Amino acid sequence: MRVRVLAFAQLRELLGAHEQMLELGPNASIADAWAQLAARHRGLDDERASTRAARNGAIAGFDEELRDGDELALLPPVGGG
Amino acid sequence: MATSLHSCRRSAADNVVFSLTPEPIHPGALDGVAGSGDGGIAVFYGIVRDRSHDGSAVSSLWYEAHEAMAIREFEAIAAEARERFGDVRLAIVHRVGEVRAGDISVAVLAAAPHRGPAFDACRYAIDELKRRAAIWKQERRSDGTAEWRAGA
Repeated sequence: MRVRVLAFAQLRELLGAHEQMLELGPNASIADAWAQLAARHRGLDDERASTRAARNGAIAGFDEELRDGDELALLPPVGGG
Repeated sequence: MATSLHSCRRSAADNVVFSLTPEPIHPGALDGVAGSGDGGIAVFYGIVRDRSHDGSAVSSLWYEAHEAMAIREFEAIAAEARERFGDVRLAIVHRVGEVRAGDISVAVLAAAPHRGPAFDACRYAIDELKRRAAIWKQERRSDGTAEWRAGA
């Protein structure tokens, strides 16, 4: 299955793109998607503790399973205003 | 779901406006939210400071957002403000992209029949926005360095 990964701020810089498509096996979780990205991007795991994930715009636990076509957003600590 | 670093969306419901915009925010941008029964409007403008927390010169802040999530958070904050403070109308507009020192980065307007709920709702909205909305900022300094800044 394919999911659309969105990354913001320092995570966008680490991944080198605001948006990318990720190919995952069936029943893959958000944690699986993260592991695949972390294997390709040095330093990403350092951000894990402070990162929240959102699946299709809703905050989701890393154990949550993804579905084909999902949007997975990786959110560092926010800082608007 | 449309998501963009430079996007603008307005959603009008019950006479409220919530938006992200790459364009300059001008004072008065949110006029028109108040109704004929409103006796007071409280407005907060966030301005980009020209100094960092350590005193170094700041040239601009760069803002980016998950547009759909940020707008939904604005709407949730407005709903909470109505639960807490009663009959209030809120409008929130936040910049995305580069905002120079001295320019407005965010505007919050609260209109209510009386001043108390207007002030309370305005304060609540800006505090919660800074804490919760899916918006990020990078401080860009005059010496060429830059740093992502989280939290209030």
